[in-house]
Amino acid sequence: MSAPNKSYDPVEVEALKPEEIERMRDEAIAAFAAAADLDALHEAKVAHTGDRSPLALANREIGALPPHAKAEAGKRVGQARGAVNKALAARKEQLEAERDARVLVEEAVDVTLPYERRPAGARHPLTTLSDRIADVFVAMGYEVAEGPEIEAEWFNFDALNIAADHPARTMQDTFFVNAGQANGRRVGTGSASGDVVLRTHTSPVQVRSLLDREPPVYVICPGRVYRTDELDATHTPVFNQVELLAVDEGLTMADLKGTLDHMVQALFGEGMRTRLRPNYFPFTEPSAEMDMVCYVCRGDSVGNPDRPCRTCSSEGWIELGGCGMVNPRVLTACGVDPDKYSGFAFGFGIERMLMFRHNVEDMRDIVEGDVRFTLPFGMEI
Amino acid sequence: MRAPLSWLREYVDLPAGETGRDVQERLVSAGLEVERVEQLGAGLKGPLVVGKVLAIEELTGFKKPIRFCQVDVGTANGTGEPQNIVCGATNFHVGDKVVVILPGGVLPGDFQISARKTYGRTSEGMICSTSELGMGDTVSNSLGGDGIIVLPPEHEAGTDAIELLELVDEVLDIAVTPDRGYCMSMRGIARETATAYGLPLRDPALLDVPAPNSYGYQVKVADPIGCDRFTARTVVNVDPEAASPIWLQRRLQKAGMRPVSLAVDITNYVMLELGQPLHAYDRNRLDGPIGVRRAQPGEKLTTLDGTQRALDPEDLVITDNSGPIGLAGVMGGANTEIADPVRDEQTGEVRGTSEIVIEAAHFDPVAVARTARRHRLSSEASKRFERGVDPQAASAAAQRTVDLLVLLAGGTAEAGVTEVITPSAPRTISIPADHPDRVAGTEYGRETVVRRLQQVGCDVYGADELVVTVPSWRPDLTDPNDLAEEVIRLEGYENLPSTLPKLPSGRGLTESQLLRRRVGRSLAGAGYVEVLSYPFVGDAVLDQLGLEPGDPRRRAVTLVNPLSDEEPAMRTTLLPGLLGTLRRNHGRGAQDLALFETGLVFQPTGDEPAPPKLTVDRRPTDEEIGALDAALPHQPVHAAVVLSGAREPQGWWGKGYPASWVDAVEAARTIAREAGVELIVRQDQYAPWHPGRCAALYVGDELVGHAGELHPRVIKAMNLPERTSAMELDLERLEQARGGPLRAPRVSTFPVATQDVALVVDTAVPAADVEAALRAGAGELLEDLRLFDVFSGEQIGEGKKSLAYALRFRATDRTLTAEEASAARDAAVVTAAERTGAVLRGA
Ligand SMILES: [Zn+2]
Repeated sequence: MSAPNKSYDPVEVEALKPEEIERMRDEAIAAFAAAADLDALHEAKVAHTGDRSPLALANREIGALPPHAKAEAGKRVGQARGAVNKALAARKEQLEAERDARVLVEEAVDVTLPYERRPAGARHPLTTLSDRIADVFVAMGYEVAEGPEIEAEWFNFDALNIAADHPARTMQDTFFVNAGQANGRRVGTGSASGDVVLRTHTSPVQVRSLLDREPPVYVICPGRVYRTDELDATHTPVFNQVELLAVDEGLTMADLKGTLDHMVQALFGEGMRTRLRPNYFPFTEPSAEMDMVCYVCRGDSVGNPDRPCRTCSSEGWIELGGCGMVNPRVLTACGVDPDKYSGFAFGFGIERMLMFRHNVEDMRDIVEGDVRFTLPFGMEI
Repeated sequence: MRAPLSWLREYVDLPAGETGRDVQERLVSAGLEVERVEQLGAGLKGPLVVGKVLAIEELTGFKKPIRFCQVDVGTANGTGEPQNIVCGATNFHVGDKVVVILPGGVLPGDFQISARKTYGRTSEGMICSTSELGMGDTVSNSLGGDGIIVLPPEHEAGTDAIELLELVDEVLDIAVTPDRGYCMSMRGIARETATAYGLPLRDPALLDVPAPNSYGYQVKVADPIGCDRFTARTVVNVDPEAASPIWLQRRLQKAGMRPVSLAVDITNYVMLELGQPLHAYDRNRLDGPIGVRRAQPGEKLTTLDGTQRALDPEDLVITDNSGPIGLAGVMGGANTEIADPVRDEQTGEVRGTSEIVIEAAHFDPVAVARTARRHRLSSEASKRFERGVDPQAASAAAQRTVDLLVLLAGGTAEAGVTEVITPSAPRTISIPADHPDRVAGTEYGRETVVRRLQQVGCDVYGADELVVTVPSWRPDLTDPNDLAEEVIRLEGYENLPSTLPKLPSGRGLTESQLLRRRVGRSLAGAGYVEVLSYPFVGDAVLDQLGLEPGDPRRRAVTLVNPLSDEEPAMRTTLLPGLLGTLRRNHGRGAQDLALFETGLVFQPTGDEPAPPKLTVDRRPTDEEIGALDAALPHQPVHAAVVLSGAREPQGWWGKGYPASWVDAVEAARTIAREAGVELIVRQDQYAPWHPGRCAALYVGDELVGHAGELHPRVIKAMNLPERTSAMELDLERLEQARGGPLRAPRVSTFPVATQDVALVVDTAVPAADVEAALRAGAGELLEDLRLFDVFSGEQIGEGKKSLAYALRFRATDRTLTAEEASAARDAAVVTAAERTGAVLRGA
């Protein structure tokens, strides 16, 4: 057997017969089609494309063929394997799609379920409203000034031109701090009752600002203040104020008016404006009471009994607070030359603004710290 | 001050149709706070007439006395026949003049009158009382007290009573600010009204007054500062029985004063009219000359209200030879008051005050204010003196009183006129003519400025520089800006332009302000709800917190006049307020609560010196400011949280977990992160926390606060939910510990090498110490370290615990070899062993 056996015919190698290869191919494709799921398909894949599958075994036989027959048999087997792999991939894709469709349906959830796993918190609306007011002025170039709540009378009264006999300095309005050195468990501060008070307004911060800084001074002073009122639906002994102080050369009442107008527009929207009415405060001269247009009815309720407004009692205006030109005596007490500088100031209560801006009917809701009141206000106001 | 419109019209010729609301609007714009306009007699409709009681039949058989009366109403009923009226009041007699409303009339409150059957008779109308006519409850005896009105006999039956009793009117109720003393009078309000309308004023103080002489009642003023003017006049032959006429009583009533007797009513009337408080003395009860001086120690005085008062040496008093007879400018004494007339039944002679000495004086506002406050005695007189009375009006007021006593009481004015006057020059103020323009920011011009100042009552001279002499009734006008305000308000605040100043650039919020906002936001983001609680505390809550007697938190600032004697002190810790709020919420049904507060606490040393008394006519020196500040307690900002219930609730998602000490500590870490400082947590024992569940919070070596679960005793004492936890720290100390800007970390992209170690230590060894030791020992290659398990049990041994850490190593410049990572881990374990006695588990 030194010469090739010419009589060797691929046809005679059983496994490589064309009809045999076609059969293997068709069986494989049929098995894939019959596979009901990916597991069955995997078994069919091993059976029909694995190392021991008929086509793989047939492929091995090719090596035994004479050269002239190898090409033809190789081509035939290759085509069959190609068709088988293609069918496998197609079936796999189909079964995966079916599985995905089924699994995603199975994995469907009720997305409307509530999720209160991490309950929300909130900042107090007085804090956020105060911040918001401060931000209006900080954007204009003002700075936020702060000071102590237990304050020397000189800052709270004297420097503000509130003389010793002014009615504000009575026990009806002001909390006075006990004097006296440590004796046992409790002590006061200062030597005489009345030297030190709980500040009745944030105006002492204005005084401190004028003492601390060289003019021009533009500050806003938010903070907690104290008056001897009992808590009821409209009063609280502990409340918050925002005061503004501007001291510069050539400031006028028109500047005060413009600043107030700007503030109410920033806080309550376009078209808002303020009104000044003469009044008296020791620390300002001239002094005024400031009102803003009712932001609910915009004045439409005035003389219009069909459309009454609860926010402004159909007055068309809401009382905001007091304001005026800084009394030159205050400037003198703070070492600012009143011939060179003038100033304006205003102040109002934040609780009151919160009440009418957010329709709060009872002061106690603001004070008591019930989480049901505070939570809806969230982080910003 | 209540100003009846009808009275106001006496001094200003207001347009005929002008209503109270119209006047209110004008006055408000000019700066008078007219709080409301009261409509008197609103809804009242006649016929309402004078009736004469002809006969009274007492009906019996009813629960209360009922009278069936025949009343002559003239021709007001159209027939001239007597009117039959049933009446339930008994304070009138046959022959009395009463006020009758006839069928068809309407009383205030829409009470329609018609003929009707009652008590078995037909009543054709009603005999009226003061309250039924809406005359107010301050009614004189001479008009029938609280019952039926009995009129003076001279009024004819059938006369219209609406007009007679001036029942329909409008009253302006004005809140007078402290600077506008002159508006405590009709004269002052009339002046403002005249200016507001641009109409002339008929000044009621413009009276002819006789010159003072030496034979008036003798007055000796020993304190010319307390009393710079004293006018005394005498009226004799006064009829003690003379009653105040209806018009006088009605004006007093409308102004809110109660008619008393003719002499007193007249002094009150003149005070309302001119603003000058007056006092009437019974000359026969005075003992020698009238004096004015300060009280002497130990002196006493019984005032008109019947109260005996111990006088203070600062009190300014009126005296006679017997001693003090009045608190000057506040209230007279009982001994010299006008006596009520008494009729001698035998002789028919009437005894009462027939000789009256009138005092019209000017007292120092501060002296009066102090005396009124000292004796808690605020009177119509003191209210006016405190705000400033026109000293120039005193003699006119005295004259007006004399005139009315002569006119209404049949008196005779004596010729003696006493006036003790300490002369003072009128006040002048110089202002540039454009000063009001510069204050207002608009251009009025010199002419307008001068005209407005003249309307106020000033004399004005000069061209560019005005010399302004202020009127005697405006003691409040002292400074250039006071004059500017007068001009600006009369020109109308509503006409001011609206401009904005040009500000220098600001620096925005300070670091500390930004930090507080961040802390608030991050705590709210972590589920906490902000609370702003009252800072008042008392011993009770400090006891409940279990604070030892010497605890510095018991050293508190206390108030002279606290709202509640139970809570006289200012908080030294935020916890009482926060825990109280937690309890309130819990009591209202909230289960899972997490609250926070940031705010000041007040920490006195107890050695704060008294603040110095400083002037206000210059800037205090830095030393003086320092001395003021030294008088104040330390007032740092604290932040605190309290929690109870579930931190994470159970739900459809699975189990939740309860709020505990660890959440409280974590809140501190949250704050520290916002502050950019590293928080060191150490085991501690500190009230009010659970001794085994209390963390001390440090930044560096400085203690900044505490956190943990509250002591069960505290929870019980305060009635809090079980396992309530809390944290409090000093935010200012955190702020101060904050370093410069953060240095950015270097991010290595080389692979990570992970090593786990489990260390066994004594139970008492804090995990924080073990972690610190591991970090120190592991060196620079350690990127991160995490405690992933804590375990104790038999396998570990009694009194021991196992801590399992995952260590992540990474170099910035190379891939670490397994040997390098192991070496670093071993070094970490060695250091932990040295510092904490840790033993590698399984080793
Ligand atoms: Zn409105």
